[in-house]
Amino acid sequence: MFDWVQNSSDWLVYDVFNLSKGQHLTEALNFFIYDTAKILILLFIVIFFMGIVNSYFPIDKVKNYLSRHKLYGLEYLVASLFGVVTPFCSCSSVPLFIGFVRGGIPLGVTFSFLITSPLVNEVAIGLFVGLFGIKTTLIYVISGVLLGTISGVILQKLKLESFLTPWVKEILATAQKDQDAFIAEKQTLKQRLPIIWNEVLKILKGIIPYVLVGISIGGLMHGYIPEGFFEKYMDKDNLFAVPIATILAVPMYSNASGILPVVQVLVAKGIPLGTAIAFMMGVVGLSLPEAMLLKKVMSLKLIAIFFGLVTLCIIISGYLFNILL
Amino acid sequence: MTKIIKILGTGCPKCQAMIGVVKDVVTENNIDATIEKVEDIMEIMKYNVMITPALVIDDVIAIKGRVPSKDEVLGLLN
Repeated sequence: MFDWVQNSSDWLVYDVFNLSKGQHLTEALNFFIYDTAKILILLFIVIFFMGIVNSYFPIDKVKNYLSRHKLYGLEYLVASLFGVVTPFCSCSSVPLFIGFVRGGIPLGVTFSFLITSPLVNEVAIGLFVGLFGIKTTLIYVISGVLLGTISGVILQKLKLESFLTPWVKEILATAQKDQDAFIAEKQTLKQRLPIIWNEVLKILKGIIPYVLVGISIGGLMHGYIPEGFFEKYMDKDNLFAVPIATILAVPMYSNASGILPVVQVLVAKGIPLGTAIAFMMGVVGLSLPEAMLLKKVMSLKLIAIFFGLVTLCIIISGYLFNILL
Repeated sequence: MTKIIKILGTGCPKCQAMIGVVKDVVTENNIDATIEKVEDIMEIMKYNVMITPALVIDDVIAIKGRVPSKDEVLGLLN
């Protein structure tokens, strides 16, 4: 599918720039141009597609659906899936949390949504397809959804309502299933497209610098680090690799866009994919700024339980991938 | 009549962008309006907004969760 991108990149580097094949700098430049073009194209497609889906499932509709329908245990999975199509901004996590609590949605279901939404988002998916291919992307998405679902079920079982801050408990006490009727915007796709289009451009503009920096670093490493370099230090039999990678990743608040191209090169040079995926889930899914914001609605203990459990689940999935892949 | 514009948001980049757009529209078109930034989460929740930033004009939510274009804001204010 992307042969033409590689061909154009070859043409540009070898013919237009007239650089000779096989040199480090030339290969790094070729890699950079090819990767950047391919990734930006894929990001564009995925963000655009998700924008359309999201336009038909805005957050209020999601909340009302979860609040009104009896799903007999499937609500965790449904919340997690909604999390995938909803673009997430950590600054919205508090209003979102309160909105869900107010709608009478169980805490565990809310967590399922809150965990999956940043973990599996349109930017991460676009980058994943570009860097690792469809198969790995599917594994990442499915495991992200399952991780959110399972963590939500466990958090619900722990009955954590008493660890909410007092004003949230008040809201919880007065939660109603059927409060505000959501008036769905009755717009045709044609009317929606300009708004979606603008959003796509804005998201792309915001992440392009990170992608470029990430790919540049990746490109340099690609050209200079020998194949299999990391295998000496981080092979599959090293039991500590996954937990260390995950715990290192949690405080990192990188835009996924910057870190993923670097991780891709690490994988190419011998770091096991499971370890790498655990690392990326830690970076993308959990962040300290989000924890700080959540302090408004949760006690520190609850945040610690929440982050601790998700970290544990990420570590377990890292091990699973290393065994299965 | 002076319009009361409120921008709800906890200070994320998108919220800043929205404030910029709204301010520009108001000054460029000499619109009679006050712009208020609402950062307090309790206050934000009174509007039942789940996704920030939100643009509130005379206590009616006009836009949520995205940064509007200048034309769109101008349309909403007229």
